[in-house]
Amino acid sequence: MPKTVTVQEAAAQVKDGMTVMIGGFLGCGNPHGIIAELVKNKVKDLTIIANDSPKTGYGLAQLIDNKQVKRFIATHVGMNQNVADQMNAGELVVDLVPQGSLAEMVRAGGGGLGGIITPTGLATPVEESPFAQGKITIDGKEYLIMKAVHADVALIAPHTVDKAGNCWFKGTTRNFSDLMATAADIVIAEADHIVDIGGIEPENVMVQGIFVDYVAQGEGH
Amino acid sequence: MDKNEIKAIIAKRVAKELKDGDVVNLGIGIPTMVPSYLPEGVSLTLHAELGCVGAGPRPEEGKEDYYVVDAGGAPSSCMPGGSFVNSATSFCIIRGGHVDATVLGCLECDQEGNLANWIIPGKRMPGMGGAMDLVVGARKVIVAMEHTAKGNPKILEKCTLPLTAAKCVNLIITEMGVMEVRPEGITVTELHPEVTREQIQEATGCKLLFADEVKTMEV
Repeated sequence: MPKTVTVQEAAAQVKDGMTVMIGGFLGCGNPHGIIAELVKNKVKDLTIIANDSPKTGYGLAQLIDNKQVKRFIATHVGMNQNVADQMNAGELVVDLVPQGSLAEMVRAGGGGLGGIITPTGLATPVEESPFAQGKITIDGKEYLIMKAVHADVALIAPHTVDKAGNCWFKGTTRNFSDLMATAADIVIAEADHIVDIGGIEPENVMVQGIFVDYVAQGEGH
Repeated sequence: MDKNEIKAIIAKRVAKELKDGDVVNLGIGIPTMVPSYLPEGVSLTLHAELGCVGAGPRPEEGKEDYYVVDAGGAPSSCMPGGSFVNSATSFCIIRGGHVDATVLGCLECDQEGNLANWIIPGKRMPGMGGAMDLVVGARKVIVAMEHTAKGNPKILEKCTLPLTAAKCVNLIITEMGVMEVRPEGITVTELHPEVTREQIQEATGCKLLFADEVKTMEV
């Protein structure tokens, strides 16, 4: 069973230098309570794996604004000028990966695969990415091999979690979160609602409780 | 032509390319205007890459759902019959050929159908987001854009910017005309009624071919 903790205790699981996956798309689906605590506790030298940086000051963008990130693996960083500024200043390493590739690289990392084989990124700068492992031809068609990714901690934000750690996501907040929950050593769910076991129908569970280590009560909406 | 007129001409013409029931992903800018110009009886399923199949319009002010946004992060909605998916399924839909058409803008495209729309080295590097997957996986890639940028051609012999993908563009729709990317080169199939063959060639960075019958674009 996962441990129920405060957002402060949850944030304390993230240590200097760790690799952290954060679910969400432009802030929608970010675990806002835990991020606020990470900003306060000033944990540093993080490698963040996420879809994007939201606009400055919102969601996980604050970790970049606050210079707590040394490497950012993402698909889109155009909403936060601090990313480009810190990169140009040599303070932040940014690895841009196609969105569909990142989703599968996370899934591969969580599912025991070494990488993925995709046509996306061929003939583009992605071929030079540190995650690109060369090309392969299958049935006459060329593909790029991309490495799987894994993290020390995954932070996700389901709408509802039960006391067994089973998660249910609402709307577009799911995005990378259920994939990330499989691909990290420690998984923390910041939920708007914590319910008793049975509060989520088994058919509706989107992240199985076996993946989840900590559950924290979020802000609630 | 003023900017709004140009955008309307392009969006209206793109709308005619889409068939009832098509699954379509629309990029930012002009492509988002396309649904307003769909002919009667044509209904699309909009795919939003962050995880919505059957995306709906922006809700009225005060009725926004905290949990539902569009690919730009703005409040959005899901149509009746639509559903939410995770990023893996969303991109299975894209790469697996389940999206009938994607409509997007570009910085440059060329006569081989190469597309560059995500980075200007040293100036802007917002990232590719879902664009690379979309142009690789969608059954039809429609570039909808103003024909030139500040008077400079965007349709070239060879892209100079880093590519989004190679040989992926099928159709280019601008305020000057409609062009198919064919093995022999970019072929004009429709022309704006007030644009001549010489004018569209003049505004283009590669040699254009003209279809046997060049139709007049409905504007």
